[in-house]
Amino acid sequence: MTASPHDQLIYGLAADLPPVRRLSPPLLRALTWLAVLVALAIGLVAFANVDAAWQRISAAPDLWLAVIGSTLTAVLAAIAAFELSLPDAPRAWAALPVPAALLWIGASGFGCLRVWVAPASHVAVLGEARDCLIFIVLLSVPLSALLLVMLRRAYPLYPGLTAAIGGLAVAAAAATLLNFFHPYDAAATDLVVHVAAVAVVIAANRALGGRILAVPALGRLDVTAQAVGSN
Amino acid sequence: MPATAQANVIRWYAGGRLRPPAFPGMAAGDAWSLSMREAEPQLRSADDLRRAAQMAAAQRGDRAAYEALLRDCVPLIRAVAARRGVAAGDVEDVVQDVLLTIHRARQTYDPSRSFGAWLRTIAERRAIDLLRRTGRQRAREVHAPLHFESFADERAGPADGGPAPSGRVNDALANLPERQRQAVQVLVLEEQSLSEAAVSTRRSKGALKVNLHRALKALRGRFGAGDWS
Repeated sequence: MTASPHDQLIYGLAADLPPVRRLSPPLLRALTWLAVLVALAIGLVAFANVDAAWQRISAAPDLWLAVIGSTLTAVLAAIAAFELSLPDAPRAWAALPVPAALLWIGASGFGCLRVWVAPASHVAVLGEARDCLIFIVLLSVPLSALLLVMLRRAYPLYPGLTAAIGGLAVAAAAATLLNFFHPYDAAATDLVVHVAAVAVVIAANRALGGRILAVPALGRLDVTAQAVGSN
Repeated sequence: MPATAQANVIRWYAGGRLRPPAFPGMAAGDAWSLSMREAEPQLRSADDLRRAAQMAAAQRGDRAAYEALLRDCVPLIRAVAARRGVAAGDVEDVVQDVLLTIHRARQTYDPSRSFGAWLRTIAERRAIDLLRRTGRQRAREVHAPLHFESFADERAGPADGGPAPSGRVNDALANLPERQRQAVQVLVLEEQSLSEAAVSTRRSKGALKVNLHRALKALRGRFGAGDWS
């Protein structure tokens, strides 16, 4: 083997070789995150008026369609994010949650018509809608943090896309959980607030998470390896 | 990598026109397909299984296996980069990027999958990253330290020595008959098309052509050079 200009680098990388634990399959890792989510949901149910939520949702097809849509979006986006966190993952994984997200958005948008169809329903006023925004954003912070820590163990080559899809999973999960504490029917103001909250969560994940994922957990070790390599 | 295999890789990619064959470490069936993780265990060659085993050993912290594997990867990465159209001077940058990526992502490799396919996907992405980076750089910057010496500045005025003919040529032109001189003036020095020249001189295209040919013949005879054709 002839000398290569990369001999120093290879030597440096090999010198810095702590054993690593192989990552579990992405589906399993996604299910782990979703299990935490389910545990959180069970915890929240203790504080929620489940009967009222159930009655409200089961009464209107657009509401339970929206709940199914947001739940599916959370599950599929989480799977897509963990798949995308692998360096050789096809980018097409990002399309996995799109149909569910369309169902979620479509059903929520349909709810806007309720204001005309059933004017008697209790529609959220702006102050209440603001509570929704705060709920979604606050719940998203720990969910995002956990997801990013887990995604960071892999090494996505599309960190921005991976983080954005992760953000979609978090936002959808938060919107699903919001249903336990949401005594209003969907309406235009409500929808706008939800869309704004989801957009904020996805954008924040893309911006911050993308940067965090670009330097994954094992990345810092390379600083020393590179220093050895370039000497 | 044995020297013969290395030579094979180089020979395969040297042409560049043919559909490239598989890496030495891959079975022909799963090479260069678009789907990225379809390699099936029964299609994997002994080389690929060996590399997968080396990577698995590297995950456990085996330095020797890791070093051998990385050295083995270098020509493969170079081949992918060249195949992707990375300039020869940038190929080593791609190799370095990919080696670092392998290192950072080594916990994500699943030894039950083809190592060649894994490496190839990463190398292609890093090559594309570099092409994007250099493409952007080229769009913003001009790297031509001797540019001003090699090329005429189009905005320079006639004082800088534009297309005005030198004294010797001027004299020769002045000695031509008026119609021939005019043909050279409009068609050669002013670079007008035949139709433009016909309009501006109010002469037929045929007459201009004949006059130009006669003028050039006269000039050729006058300068006595054979390279005026």
